[in-house]
Amino acid sequence: MQLDKNQLLRFTTAGSVDDGKSTLIGRLLYDSKSIFEDQLDAIEKTSKKKGHDGIDMALFTDGLRDEREQGITIDVAYRYFTTPKRKFIIADTPGHIQYTRNMVTGASTANVALILIDARHGVIEQTKRHAFIASLLQIHHIIVCVNKMDLKDYSEEVFDDIRNQFEEFSSKLYTKDIRFIPISALKGDNVVNRSTNMDWYMGAPLLNTLENIHISSDGNKTDARFPVQTVIRPQSEEYRDYRGYAGRVASGIYRPGDEITVLPSGFTSKIKTIDTLDGELKEAYAPMSVTITLEDDIDISRGDMIVKTTNKPAAVQEFDTMICWLNKTTSKPRAKYSILHTTNNQKAMIKDVMYKIDINTYSRNEEDKELGMNDIARVKIRTTRPLMIDEYRDNRVTGSFVLIDDTTHETVAAGMIL
Amino acid sequence: MSKYYLNYLDELESEAIYILREVWAQFQNPVILFSGGKDSILVAHLAKKAFYPSKIPFPFMHVDTGHNFPETIQFRDDLVEELGVQLIVGSVQESIDQGRVAEEKGKNATRNALQITTLLDAIEDNKVDCAIGGGRRDEEKARAKERFFSHRDDFGQWDPKNQRPELWNILNGKHFEGEHFRAFPISNWTEMDVWNYIQRENIRIPSLYFAHQRDVVWRSGSWIPVSEHLKLEEGEEVHNKKIRFRTLGDITITGGIESEADTLAKIAVEVSAMRKTERGDRSDDKRSESAMEDRKRQGYF
Repeated sequence: MQLDKNQLLRFTTAGSVDDGKSTLIGRLLYDSKSIFEDQLDAIEKTSKKKGHDGIDMALFTDGLRDEREQGITIDVAYRYFTTPKRKFIIADTPGHIQYTRNMVTGASTANVALILIDARHGVIEQTKRHAFIASLLQIHHIIVCVNKMDLKDYSEEVFDDIRNQFEEFSSKLYTKDIRFIPISALKGDNVVNRSTNMDWYMGAPLLNTLENIHISSDGNKTDARFPVQTVIRPQSEEYRDYRGYAGRVASGIYRPGDEITVLPSGFTSKIKTIDTLDGELKEAYAPMSVTITLEDDIDISRGDMIVKTTNKPAAVQEFDTMICWLNKTTSKPRAKYSILHTTNNQKAMIKDVMYKIDINTYSRNEEDKELGMNDIARVKIRTTRPLMIDEYRDNRVTGSFVLIDDTTHETVAAGMIL
Repeated sequence: MSKYYLNYLDELESEAIYILREVWAQFQNPVILFSGGKDSILVAHLAKKAFYPSKIPFPFMHVDTGHNFPETIQFRDDLVEELGVQLIVGSVQESIDQGRVAEEKGKNATRNALQITTLLDAIEDNKVDCAIGGGRRDEEKARAKERFFSHRDDFGQWDPKNQRPELWNILNGKHFEGEHFRAFPISNWTEMDVWNYIQRENIRIPSLYFAHQRDVVWRSGSWIPVSEHLKLEEGEEVHNKKIRFRTLGDITITGGIESEADTLAKIAVEVSAMRKTERGDRSDDKRSESAMEDRKRQGYF
C-alpha cells in the first residue's frame, strides 16, 4: 500500500431501508474486507432470530439497542473502509427520523454526497431533500446511484429518464459536479465491478469513482485563515521565552516570513517559525495542526485569528446566514444564544427570520417566524462583538458556526454564513 | 494533483491534535485515561505533538483493576516518568475494600464492570471535567455513534439518543457543574490506521503486543494467559504457545492469538489479513449483543 500518498475521503449517504442503502454500504464494506467474520456471525444470528431471509445488513450499521429493536436508524453512524487507493469514512444518516438534523451533521464534513434513487420509483421528495442539503452544505460532488436496476431489466431508458428528472431541479443547486451511476447493490452491478448487464453505461463503477474523484483542489488555498486555539508557553528553562500560537490551518498557505495581521486587534508582525514536534515546516496548509511563532511579542489569545495582511476576512457584528434548527426547543425571538465560530465564543441574537425553506418543494415561507426542529431558514444574526467571517461557500471553517442555548448548553442550530 | 493535501494518516493526526487542543482550551481539569494499551499510548503520543515544546498538560488517570499484566504496569510507570506527567490511580481493589462494589461471582466473573464505579469515583474525587479516552468508532457498534466530545450527566451516564449534534469541527464542551465530558480524539482511526501510524512513528508499545512464548489455556475461542488470577476449569490444560495480544485488557479476560509477528512491520501485515475484530477476543464484549452499550450508558470508558 502506498501509505504516504493515500488520501482520506469522507462521504455521506442518506436514505431509508427501502432504497437499498444498507445493502450498498454492506457491499462496499464486505467487498473491501472491512466486515469481519465475528461481526458477520453476529448479524447472521440476529437476522435469523428476527426471521429475515438472508443477512439484514442494516443490523451492521444500527448499533444501538433501540435501533435494532425498532428497526430504525436514530443517529449518524460512522463506518470505515480502506482500499489500496484511499481511506473512506462514511457518515451514514437515517432517512426518516430527524432526517434534516442528521443529514446536515453528516454532510458538514463530507467531500462527496451519495444519493440513492430506487429505479422503480424515480425521483421522490426524499431525493430532493438529500440534494438540497448536500448543496446547502456545499458538498462539491454528488454521486447519484440509480439502484435496483436489476428490477427494471437494466434498462437504459429508465436510467436516462431518472437522470432527466434529477437534472430538472438540480440546476438550482450549488453543486455542479453531479455524476449518475446505474447500479444494483444487491446483485453487485457497477458497485465494485463493472456490470456486464449494462453495456450501454460507459462510466466507471461506484467504488472506482469514489477512489478517483478529485478532491484536493476543493479546499480554499487563497484566503489564509488561522484561528488560534491556545497559546503554548512552556514552563521549562530551555524554552523560557517561547510563545507559540497553536491551531489548525483553516485555509490558505502560511510560510515563515509572511506578513501577518492578528484579528481583531489589528497588530501586524511576521511569521518567525512554523513548529511541530517533528521539526520546523517551510509551509503549512489546511487542515494541518501546527504552532506558529511571530517575530514580535503581541498579545494574542484563543479566539484571535492570524491572517495574511494582504487578505483579511470581514469583521462584522451583523450578518445574513442560513441556519438549520437542531433542537426540540423552538427559537425564541430576540433571545440570546452563545455562538461558537472557529475558536471564538460570543453571545448572539437572532434579529430576524427572513424566510423558512420547504426542502421538499424548495419554496419559501415568509410568514412563519418560529424555528423548530429540522427547519431551515434564512436569518439575520447580531453578535455582541465582531466575528471574523467569510462566506460559507468560500470557506467551510470561517463561514460556519453553531448556536448554543445557555440554559441547557445544547447545540440548537448550525449556520452557514451568506 | 495539487501538492497541498495531506495523506490520511497526517489528516487523522491533525484532527486528533486539534481535538486535544480543544479539550485543553475548553476544560478546567482534563485527564487522559491511560490503560497502557496501544490506543491510550497513541493518545499520549498525539498529546506530546499537540503541546510541543510544552510538556503534556494533562495528568494520566489509570483505573487499576488489580488484574493487570505486570508488563503493562511497568510500561505505564516508565512512560509517565519519561513524559514527566502526573499519574492518578483509581483502584478497583480499594472500591471493593470500601464496599463501593462487590466482586462478581461465578465462572466468568471479571472485574470489568466494577471499573465503572472506580472510574466515576476517581473523576469525581479529582474534579475532572473531561476524561480523554482512546475509544474508536470502528471498535464496536455502540461506539460508532460516539461524538468527539461526549456528554455525561451528573451520574456519569451516557444518553446515546440525546447526544449533541457535532457539525464541522466545532466542539461544544459547555456543561454544568458535576457533569463531565469524554473526549475521543482518535474516533476516526481504525485498528489498521493505529498500527500503520505506530509503525510510521516508531512508537514504543508494551512487549505483550509482540509474539512471545507464554503459558496459556484455551477458553471461549482464544488463548487466555495463565496468571495468579486464573482458576483452571475441569478439562483445561496449560499449553506453552507463541502468542501475541491484539488488545490489552485485564489479564483474566484478554485472549491472545497464535502469531509469529515480533516486529511492528509484521504486526501491520498480520492485522491487515485479520478476519476477526480485535475485540472478538475480549470476553467482556461477548456477554450480550448490547454489552458495550449497556456499560457505556453507565459510565464505562
